[in-house]
This record gives sequence, C-alpha cells and structure tokens, in this order.
Amino acid sequence: MTARPKAARQPSGTAGERWILRLYVAGQTPKSVAAFSNLKRICEELLAGRYEIEVIDLVETPVLARDDQILAIPTLVRKLPEPVCKIIGDLSNSERVLVGLDLIDATARRGEGSKGSR
Amino acid sequence: MKAISKTNKPRRPAALAGAPTPALSKALTGIMGLDEITGGGLPRGRPTLLCGMAGSGKTLLAMEFLVRGATSFGEPGVFMTFEETTGDLATNFASLGHDLNALVAAGKLAIDFVRIERAEIEEAGDYDLEGLLIRLGLAIEAVGARRVVLDTLEALFSGLSNTAVLRAELRRLFRWLKDRGITAVITAERGENGLSRHGLEEYVADCVILLDHRIEGQMATRRLRIAKYRGSTHGTSEYPFLIDEGGISLLPVTSIGLNHQAGMERISSGIPRLDAMMGGKGFYRGSSVLVSGTAGTGKTSVAAHFVDAATRRGERALWLAFEESASQIVRNMRSIGIDLVPAVSAGTLRFQARRASASGLEMHLLALHRQVLEFEPAVVVVDPLSSFAPLGDGAEVKTMLMRLIDFLKMQQVTALFTNLVSGGTDDEATQIGVSSLMDSWLLLREIQSGADRNRVMHLLKSRGMAHSNQVREFVLTDRGAQLVDVYTGPSGALLAGSGRVAQEALEKAKALQLVQSAQRRERDLERNRMALEAQIAALRAGFEAERAELQTAIAEDRQHIQALLANQAAVARARGAEAKPAAPPAARRHGGRA
Repeated sequence: MTARPKAARQPSGTAGERWILRLYVAGQTPKSVAAFSNLKRICEELLAGRYEIEVIDLVETPVLARDDQILAIPTLVRKLPEPVCKIIGDLSNSERVLVGLDLIDATARRGEGSKGSR
Repeated sequence: MKAISKTNKPRRPAALAGAPTPALSKALTGIMGLDEITGGGLPRGRPTLLCGMAGSGKTLLAMEFLVRGATSFGEPGVFMTFEETTGDLATNFASLGHDLNALVAAGKLAIDFVRIERAEIEEAGDYDLEGLLIRLGLAIEAVGARRVVLDTLEALFSGLSNTAVLRAELRRLFRWLKDRGITAVITAERGENGLSRHGLEEYVADCVILLDHRIEGQMATRRLRIAKYRGSTHGTSEYPFLIDEGGISLLPVTSIGLNHQAGMERISSGIPRLDAMMGGKGFYRGSSVLVSGTAGTGKTSVAAHFVDAATRRGERALWLAFEESASQIVRNMRSIGIDLVPAVSAGTLRFQARRASASGLEMHLLALHRQVLEFEPAVVVVDPLSSFAPLGDGAEVKTMLMRLIDFLKMQQVTALFTNLVSGGTDDEATQIGVSSLMDSWLLLREIQSGADRNRVMHLLKSRGMAHSNQVREFVLTDRGAQLVDVYTGPSGALLAGSGRVAQEALEKAKALQLVQSAQRRERDLERNRMALEAQIAALRAGFEAERAELQTAIAEDRQHIQALLANQAAVARARGAEAKPAAPPAARRHGGRA
C-alpha cells in the first residue's frame, strides 16, 4: 500500500462520487498527448460515467501555472474527490497513477469482482 | 548562425568578424565591496551560483542583488523561491531594511513561491519542468525583469526523484535564461567535497561564489570567496562580510588602495605649543596620528584637545571609545579645563563607546565604515587602538588597521589613535608594526627625576613637515595641557616636575649670585676710583702748598735782593758822596764788551 500518510476517507470506488481531474499540459507535446490518452484509458476503465477531465494548456493560460502551483508538465491534479493530489508525468506508469489517484481499492475490488457486473 | 545570406555563407557571429571581443558585461550588485571584488558585478546575462551552508546568507545576498537592481539600477527582478512563502520573506527582509511589498506593488519585483512537497507528488512517467519555465516567463514578463533569483535549486532535487530529468531540465533552464539575457543568481547548498551538493556548478559554469559561516575563537565570522569567474579577473581571497540592519557588506582589502590624495591643509592639535613644534601649523588634514604612551600619560587628554579644536572650527568629530564610557571621558576632560558637553549637545561630537571584545575585527571595521559614511566627521579618535590587540594575531590586527587608515584617508578624515603600551622596555620598539602606518607619532613617557615621575612628550615623527625634536614636559593643568621646556641636569638627565622646579630655583639663585657679584665688583671699582681721585687730590694739594711756599720764598728772596741793592746804593751814596762814582770794573767789562 501507499507509504504516504493520508487522511482516512471513503474508498474511492464508491459509486456516485464524481471525479474531476485536471490535466495541465504545455502545448501538444508527445508527453502531453500520451498523458491524455493514458488518463482517458484509466478513467474509462475505472471511473466510467462519473469522471470529468479538464485539460489546461499553460501556453494559453500561463497564469494558472502559478495559481495552481504547477511545476512539471504534464501534471494531473485530482480536484474531486478531496483531498487534492498531484501526479506528474505522462502517466505511462499505470500503477503509480492508480496509487496517486488512490484508485488502488477500486482496482482490487474490480479485480475481485471481475466476474460481477461493473 | 542560422540564416544563410545571399552569398551562401553562414553569417559569422560578431565576435569573430574582426571586431574586438567585447569585455564581459557585468551587472552591478550594489552590495558594498562585492562590486569591487568582482570587478563590476556579476556576469550579465549569465547564471551565477551562490553556494553556502544553511544560514550562510545566500538568500539575503540573492535578494539584495534583486532589490538593488530594481531600486538602484533600474532592473526589475523576479525572486523565485522554493522555500519560504512570500509573507515570511517580506517579514524577514523588512528587518533588514527592504520593503519587499512596496517593490512588488510598484511592479519592480515579482516574488513567486513554488511549492514542492515530495509527499504530495506522485511521479508516474516521463515529465519535464516546462511548468517552471512557464511560470518564470510569466513573472519575468510581468515586471520586465532583467534579473532572476532561484532560491534554492536544492528543493528541486529533494522534491523530485528523477535526477536524470532534473539535470536535463536544469541545462535547459540555464540555456533558456541565457537566451533571454537574464542575469540569474542560483542558490545551492554547499556539498561535502565539491562546491554544491548536487554538482550544479557543472551547469552554472560562469561564476561561482562560496559563502561560509565559521566560528573562530568564539567569534562567528562570515566569509565570501569567488571560486570561479570565467572571463574576468576577480579577487581570489576570502573576504569577510557582515550582515546587519543595512544588509550585506563586504570589506575587501583590495578595494582600498594607496591612491588617496594628499592635501596641504593643516589643522591644529588643540595644544598651541604642540602646533608650534610642527612648524606652527599642526597636523596635515587627512593624516593619521599615533599618540602612544604608558598608562596615565595623558593620551586621552591629547585626543580631547584635538577634538575640542575641531568642534570649535565647526567640524564634526567621532570618538570611538573602547575603555571608558562617554560620560566618563567628558567628566575627566572637564578636570583639565576641556568642556565637551556643548559639542555633544550640538551633535558635532559623537561618542561610540563599547568594549572591543563585543565583536570581531571585521565588525568594528564595518561599524566604523558605516558611521563615518553616515556622520561625515572631519576628525576621528580611536581610543585606544590597543583594545584591538586581543581580537586577532598581530598580522590580522595590522591588516585591519591598514584598511581602517586607508579608508579614513580616502574620506580625508584626520584620525588620532591612542595606544597603550606597557612600560619598561623601549616603548618605541614595540610600536614598529603600528607606527609605520601613521604619519605622525607623539610619544608620551614618564620619567623619574628626583622624587617624582613626570610626563614628557616627544614628537617622534611627523611626515611631510619640519618638526621640533625637542622633548617637552607635558603638564595637565586645570587650564588644559601645557608643554613646558625641560631642563637637563648636570649629569645630562632630563628634569621635569619638581626636579625642574628645583633646578629652576637653583638657576635663579645662580643668576642672582652673578648679578650680585657683578654689583659688588662695580662697587669695588667705584671705590677704587674714588680712592684714586682722593690720592690725586691730595697730591695736588701738596703740590699747591709747595708751590705757594716756593713762591713766597721767591718773593722774599727778590725782596731781599732789592733790599740789598738798595742798601748798596745807599752805602755807595753814603760812601761815594765825594768820590767819582766808579763803575764797578767787572760790571763795566761785562757791559762794555759784548
């Protein structure tokens, strides 16, 4: 499990919870494109129907880099559910993405309930 | 290098086109002393690495670079920090006299806090630091910055684990900054072996400055050293620097050279006979004067006269007292008839009294620099400079004094240093180290003559003027210090004090004796003369008497002869009444034959 201390909260796979994810990119670079497609894939798999991805292009709105404290590109910020967390990189490392988004529970549950309906 | 001109030759960079290579352009820091060591500031358009342990002053130096750039050189700046929030920064720097908020409000400074919390970030895949560059670009554009500080890049290394990415991105960052001609200061932590802990000096190869904070002899000293400055000459030593309410100040030895002007103006020492010993005019303005002597010889009194004379001329005087408090000095000087209170009240005499051991040599030097530049005195007294001796070894103290004197000469300040020497052996020999820095040297000594010890003063040297080499007795009276001629006793020894008084009396008595004997001789002469005259008178009287007598005798004889003749005639007549008068034959013969 994750070594980070985290506030105790509801397991993420709870139905009904809305996910808002923001992906910060800087133009259409290969990393940014890869990040988006990776993210879409993961969301479709685990959060179908209850997620929303916003893509913020910092080239167009650079001020958000400061306001939202963005250092690395690409950066994925989970705005909802709280607490906010950040993942940097092109999201090619799915396991780390899941850990970062705290979707491990959902995966496990899905893994267990693979025979059941989603 | 990219465009191909019509002749199909690549355009050559200006540097190779036959024009002389331009000298490295530099950005002034405005920090006292640093611009001198670097020969004009930090390399313009290039990054400078500032390395130091925690608390060594990196952030302060970097911020001062920005603040002064914005306020003094018209170059706005961006301070990108990875460590403190902007509120903390403003508060910390306010205590050092910088109002960051005002600068930010005026659009001269942009402060951006980049938050990196390792625990909050999950790394999943490949990334770059474009976000950082975007933020930096935004901030630079917002104020039109020419200067940027990144404090501290260590945070990137501790926040992000992919060092390969980091290194590549740092290279990109510095290229990005160079392309925009931004003069950047990057702070980093000092590593064990090399310069910075993560080897940042590989990327920042143009200029590397090291900051150090050591404890030596229980005194904390900060030092700065330029480890590298490509393309420029620079001071290579370690330079002590200080951080105080005015920010950072450096005092490099090299910045103070022997190129001060020598004036011709002379100023009084406050003791008229001392001025007389210097050709009647006194010290040269801007010269250094040493007044040395054993305890109790009156050095402080000489200083007080000097200061009194200066304030009476309407000049300002700064008195650095390391052994007595200001009020004690004032009280003591009143006893010799010098009242310093009016000058203190009028603000023309300022005392700075504290123990020398309160801080290191550098701090004293710096404090003096600051005070002189702010108060602008014409005259400075350091009383006594021997207080500095325990603060360092001989060479360090002498170096510090050298810098102090050079600085004061450049400011055309006349400085008087009192120096306590231990009695006993030749007190001139012990001063050699210090005295060579001084233009004039007054030696006060105590000599024992008879039953008491008295003070004498000797002007050992005074460069550039004819001066008396006489030793004079130095007497502190209630009307000030007086210089009195000394006597040499019969054995050649100096006599002063009661010995002198005794000798004076003796000489007076001698003089009186001589006068008296002369008078006596005169009287003798007179007596002799009178005796002589009396003798002459007596002789004359005798002669007169004899003459009278002889004259009487002659007269009597004549009478006698006449009587005889008369008698003969009568006889003849009586005899010769009948006879022919016979002429006496003898007489006739006598008368007949001629």
